[in-house]
Amino acid sequence: MLDFVQQLVSGVALGCVYGLIALGFVLVYKATEVVNFAQGDLMMLGGFFAFTFIGMMGLNYWIGFAGAVAAMALFGMLAERVVVRPILGYPQFSIIMATIGLGYFLRSVAGMVWGTDDFKIDTPFSQGVLRIGSLVLAYDKLSVIAATVILCTLLWLFFNKTTLGTAMRASSENMLAAYYMGIPVKRVVSIVWAISAAVATCAGVLLAPITFIHSNVGLVLGLKAFPAAVLGGFGSIPGAVVGGVLIGVIESMAGFYLAEGWKDVAPYIVLLAVLLLKPEGLFGLHVRKKV
Amino acid sequence: MRFLFKTDYEDDIRLFPHSGYVVSYGILLALLLIAPYVLSSYLMSQLVFVCIYATVGVALLILTGFTGQASLGHAAFLAIGAYTAAYLQKYNVPFPVYFLAAGILTGCIGALVGFPALRLQGIYLVIATISFAFIIEEILARWESVTNGNEGMRIKAVSLLGVTVSRDSPTFYFLCLAVLVLTIVGTLNLLRSPTGRAFVAIRDSETAARSMGINVALYKVKSFAISAAITGFAGVLFAHKLSFISPEMFTLQLSIEFIIVILIGGTFSLHGAVLGAIFIVMIDPFLTYLKDDMPGIIAGIAATFGAGMQTAANIQAKVAAFASLNGLKGAIYGIIIVLFVLFEPLGLYGRWLKIKLFFQLFPLYKRATFKRQKIYVKSERNR
Repeated sequence: MLDFVQQLVSGVALGCVYGLIALGFVLVYKATEVVNFAQGDLMMLGGFFAFTFIGMMGLNYWIGFAGAVAAMALFGMLAERVVVRPILGYPQFSIIMATIGLGYFLRSVAGMVWGTDDFKIDTPFSQGVLRIGSLVLAYDKLSVIAATVILCTLLWLFFNKTTLGTAMRASSENMLAAYYMGIPVKRVVSIVWAISAAVATCAGVLLAPITFIHSNVGLVLGLKAFPAAVLGGFGSIPGAVVGGVLIGVIESMAGFYLAEGWKDVAPYIVLLAVLLLKPEGLFGLHVRKKV
Repeated sequence: MRFLFKTDYEDDIRLFPHSGYVVSYGILLALLLIAPYVLSSYLMSQLVFVCIYATVGVALLILTGFTGQASLGHAAFLAIGAYTAAYLQKYNVPFPVYFLAAGILTGCIGALVGFPALRLQGIYLVIATISFAFIIEEILARWESVTNGNEGMRIKAVSLLGVTVSRDSPTFYFLCLAVLVLTIVGTLNLLRSPTGRAFVAIRDSETAARSMGINVALYKVKSFAISAAITGFAGVLFAHKLSFISPEMFTLQLSIEFIIVILIGGTFSLHGAVLGAIFIVMIDPFLTYLKDDMPGIIAGIAATFGAGMQTAANIQAKVAAFASLNGLKGAIYGIIIVLFVLFEPLGLYGRWLKIKLFFQLFPLYKRATFKRQKIYVKSERNR
């Protein structure tokens, strides 16, 4: 039983990381219907920025964290301006390819700038553990869970309660109509990319004590976060987190209870099964074309 | 300029619309046939890879380009073909038999993948094919009694009609070329048949295709099966060319490479698969060539512009250091993909058509001829 709870908590923590990355996918998708395959690499870049500020320049953890988030928000805007804006409105496939290309580029550049070693960021809560009875919970994992809950709530409120959030949902529905209604669609898209890069950075920094930062971490985790977003139904913020947690729990349970090798495959098998039964994910909207 | 006067539907779907086609493709075929006696053995080896990649490219074009079903799992189909060949070869099955068996088995698995894919669309289909590829990769690594696990499998040379065909011999090249040409001709015939027209109708609008009486599910599964089977055939040749296969060769990276083949070549015509394959296979030697020669060239340019001996040597050393940085190849790869999507969405073949049209219409060419329409209503989500 204790093993089970222990696995469950570590699965939830891992799942929250996937969920955070998946949130970035979902944000961009919600507002622009662009699937950003470079999301994991944005996370990796955010981690490296934070490492540069905290580990190399010796700034305070929180200042370095904020700096990395701000820098990455700007970078997200830049990426949107250079790569995505010229091809908005073209078939989804070309945009996917463009973001795959962007991912390649970021990964290689990060490898050239920071090298291919593993890096670690010292955090104020990387050492301690919380003991409840005989259950041992590491603070770094708890911090990920807490951050996910906070970010998810904030983003949900932002999307559903603020004017800007409504504008984003509108431009997702129909860019042209939103533009006619006086919504500055270009600026909205650019802000969405900034937010999604910032969320990715949060994931990267929180992840740093758990899995370390290296130039391929974005690819590895991005490929797990992507099923998470699909499982929850692309375009649903709570769905992304639920999907992430499910994938994380399945992975850690499969790693603990099943034979070696199942750990990496189990999430994908579950994903295929879910897609068979509910092709639009758990929380996705099913829309039929009107002719 | 040539005007084609069509009086019949048969004229419209002819394999060779006019005699120019016969002449130009005949010359191309003749050049390809004398290639082994002219080119160096390294280039020949690259040419074999071009043939294999182009075959996969054609397969992917049937599925992605003409039926509109994106797939990032074709490395798995290639792996199934390759492993079937390697496994059957251990039991002394003759080449023609296991070649066909690999294609048929891969086709069946492709059809099985097609069934769950029926209900999926766009991004969901992409992720489903990625998942499928991951599962296959893991099976290959774990099913050790058949696949030898991570140690990989060796494959002996092809033995055809009692003759052993080494993987570097011209005969193996002719074999790959024959498979490619047969695939292309077969696909061209497929595309001008009712099946091919059904594929294109599904790509353009599933709802419209259904209301025209096309059995969408059947044709989607057919498209998956055909595409997978061709990839399986290519897999057999791939295995023989490498003579050693292991699971880590058939990763997502390879699937992305295949997508890049058709993206760079152009997704609307079979020419695209061949041009894209040439590009992907030749970019590696080209980058290596640049890496070796660029520092000297840049230093030479600097010297002619009045830089001293010392500065020129300095520049050469710096450029050489930059060129041998580890991830540079990946970065260039990424930039090429982005640039193609942004500025040449129709690919290399699209560029060729543009140049051709420019000269045909000489003073009257308009840029807007090839401009794609942007759609800001989210049509893909509620197709």
